[in-house]
Amino acid sequence: MTAEPALLEVEGVDKSFPGVRALRAMRLELRPGEVLALVGENGAGKSTLMKLLSGIHTADAGHFRLDGHPYLPTSPRHALELGISIIHQEFNLVPDLTVAQNIFIGREPRRGRLLLDDRRLNDDAAALLERLDLPLDPRAVVGELTVANQQMVEIAKALSYQPRVLIMDEPTAALNDAEVATLHELIRRFTRPDTGVIYISHRMGEIKRIADRVTVIRDGEYVDTLDVATATTPDIIALMVGRAITADSGPEGVRADRDTVLGVRGLGTRSLLDDVSFDLRRGEILGFAGLMGSGRTEVARALVGADARSSGRITLRGTEVRIGNPADAARLGIGYLSEDRKRFGLLLEQDVKANIALSALRDRFTRAGFVRDGALRTRAEQLIGSLRIRTPSAHQTTKHLSGGNQQKVVIAKWLVKDCDVLIFDEPTRGIDVGAKDEIYQLLNQLAAQGKSIIMISSELPEILRLSHRVVVMSEGRVTGVLDAAEATQENIMRYATLRPGETAEAPDRTAGRP
Amino acid sequence: MTTAKAPAVGPRPRSGTAAAIRGRLQQLLAFASLIVIYTFFAIASPYFFTYDNFISILFSTVVIGTLAVGTTFVIISAGIDLSIGTGMALCAVMSGVFLVNAGLPLAVGVLATILFGGFMGLVNGVNVAVLRIPPFIATLAMMLVAEGLALVVSDSTPIYFTDVSGYGDISTGHLVPGVDIPNAVLVLLAVAAVAGVLLTKSVLGRYTYSIGSNEEATALSGIDVRRWKIVIYTFAGLFTGLAGVLISARLGSAQPATGMGYELQAIAAVVIGGTSLSGGKGSIVGTLIGALIISVLNNGLQIMSIPQEWQNVILGCVILLAVYTDRVRRRETS
Ligand SMILES: Nc1ncnc2c1ncn2[C@@H]1O[C@H](COP(=O)(O)OP(=O)(O)OP(=O)(O)O)[C@@H](O)[C@H]1O
Ligand SMILES: [Mg+2]
Repeated sequence: MTAEPALLEVEGVDKSFPGVRALRAMRLELRPGEVLALVGENGAGKSTLMKLLSGIHTADAGHFRLDGHPYLPTSPRHALELGISIIHQEFNLVPDLTVAQNIFIGREPRRGRLLLDDRRLNDDAAALLERLDLPLDPRAVVGELTVANQQMVEIAKALSYQPRVLIMDEPTAALNDAEVATLHELIRRFTRPDTGVIYISHRMGEIKRIADRVTVIRDGEYVDTLDVATATTPDIIALMVGRAITADSGPEGVRADRDTVLGVRGLGTRSLLDDVSFDLRRGEILGFAGLMGSGRTEVARALVGADARSSGRITLRGTEVRIGNPADAARLGIGYLSEDRKRFGLLLEQDVKANIALSALRDRFTRAGFVRDGALRTRAEQLIGSLRIRTPSAHQTTKHLSGGNQQKVVIAKWLVKDCDVLIFDEPTRGIDVGAKDEIYQLLNQLAAQGKSIIMISSELPEILRLSHRVVVMSEGRVTGVLDAAEATQENIMRYATLRPGETAEAPDRTAGRP
Repeated sequence: MTTAKAPAVGPRPRSGTAAAIRGRLQQLLAFASLIVIYTFFAIASPYFFTYDNFISILFSTVVIGTLAVGTTFVIISAGIDLSIGTGMALCAVMSGVFLVNAGLPLAVGVLATILFGGFMGLVNGVNVAVLRIPPFIATLAMMLVAEGLALVVSDSTPIYFTDVSGYGDISTGHLVPGVDIPNAVLVLLAVAAVAGVLLTKSVLGRYTYSIGSNEEATALSGIDVRRWKIVIYTFAGLFTGLAGVLISARLGSAQPATGMGYELQAIAAVVIGGTSLSGGKGSIVGTLIGALIISVLNNGLQIMSIPQEWQNVILGCVILLAVYTDRVRRRETS
């Protein structure tokens, strides 16, 4: 079509897994020097296509061309050698190794055949990080870094291969705005006339900022490719989901006279939290905003007893409760949806049904100690339908679902449990716009039914759209509690960047005063 | 929107040296408890704190220690090897076959025995990595096979090395004249040093940690995980073979039925030394200290005439305590 030959070309690619046709006659064209966004609903086949390009899976039919020559990767290593680097959707570093060791894994400088040259390894890594302008210590252990820094290590690793094509599968799902900006800066510096980037994301704002063109896929099939400069976000979304999505709406009215369900006073942990107090009212969605590392997840974990508390009282409907571990919390009707589904939220080797039933197994799906399979399956199928979880059946092993659909399973799991207080930590991470909208509606419904919801999110628009009130945190303390009317992007950012000790001309409705 | 860049990546990461110090702390802790236990027995019994008994402790450390050093690699890679105890007995028997029955020269027979251990490890590695049998099952099966084979090959009777000149010296001789440290101890120190260097400074060690820490990420980085797993189990097998030589050289005979139980003591030593059974963490120094703790306990309790049954109870409790303190410490630092 264009005069210039494509950098990377995908044509007529099919890929099936048992019970699933993930890709059908897929095509795609990456031009030299461009950033091509790839969008589609959860389970549309984006990650599958990337896995074919990186040689993890092989296509059933079709072909790839790199610089006009046939490109047939046989393994991840082979793909890297041919000039294609991929940052996968899931965390893919070795947590116990250092930054330098991770970047150069498989290509360690050696002395002789067997011994490693760790000095040169660290020097090379330092030089690379310097060049990329990333303030990381090559000797830091990766498992101890923040998620954002780990993401930067993945990027440094991918770029260290000096690839022609860099593919990123939802690289910003766990990053905040400033971190996203850093990432985009790196991408801009990487794109030269002879390289290209494929950028997968569910965040339309980002795509508008970084991409030149956007390719939309749906149900494993190619739909269209648009120029970002001329396409509008609703256009793209409509192509993605095949229908129009209702526009953003603010939170429904707040009624401050509602009774308090959960009261938290002076919550502290040894590592971070200090004197965190807030009230959660019945039928309220309480947003928690703050920068990465401000302690929002820690509040949730300390609250449900997943981490030890060093101080603080928790009251539930006026009576003080003791919560020693998440099981206590669940018994009291407080459910926590963890932000890291792979580590804390899912049994990846088990099927969808078992995951959905897990937390409610004892009280809902057993009779005399035996599991009532029929009832369990019926309920699971109901939720699969209402959350639109894309899976061939309730029996599918969870690890075979796409990233976003795994997240939906976590949500289904807590819906079954029927808790009064639900804590959602980054509930829409990795979820496509259509499904996001459904989850928003679901949260609104739950609140309308009288459930109380704490929602932790790094996406301000999400906080603004849903929260009746917003708790803003900074460095382990609550720096402000804002009403929906006061909660603007600017206001939240101001409180989020306050140092403890400083006070903004704080509204009187700060934490802790019932 | 692309203004600030330094704060964008959040707080400055903790430096690698801090982590290294915390790694050391675990070893110091294990070492301190070793001293405490040792002092306790020295006060409790007049027979404990003697030179002869010290040497005897070292001797029993040698067998557990050699097995434990090899299996440290397997455990760091998030595997497990239950076949090292009976495997050691089979290797001792094979040493008898090579040296007594076949009359091979000493060096050749010893080398053949060690390689035989490596071969058993190779079979384990292939079962685990290629046939994808879970390590627990694969090596449990190998444990039974080795136990049976040791009895079959030896016809259920000990093989004596009386006619093999120099065999006993491998364990009980004194290479360094004037210093009363038996060769077996020197052998353990030497192989532990080699293993320590390999673990921390070689490609083998790096991939051992890497596979144990995140196997999938390692594979996606283009490393042939299957091949390295086979190498790791084979490498550990060499230590099983060596332990077979050391124990039979010390006893002067190959006892086909004595291996069972050593695997658990060796695994316990590794765990007490701070290696995580879920992989990714561990050290040779820790393992050596763990092996010392176990043999000091065995020895001290025996000297105090505590019945064997109670010795096991106490050993079990020590393992629980060691792993528990490690857990608590880890939680506090993270
Ligand atoms: N190994 C596998 N076995 C079976 N099914 C699979 C496997 N990998 C992917 N699938 C299925 O293929 C389809 C496409 O999945 P893919 O991961 O490519 O989606 P995606 O577009 O990346 O979605 P998301 O936005 O949620 O990450 C899904 O229905 C998924 O369940
Ligand atoms: Mg995906």
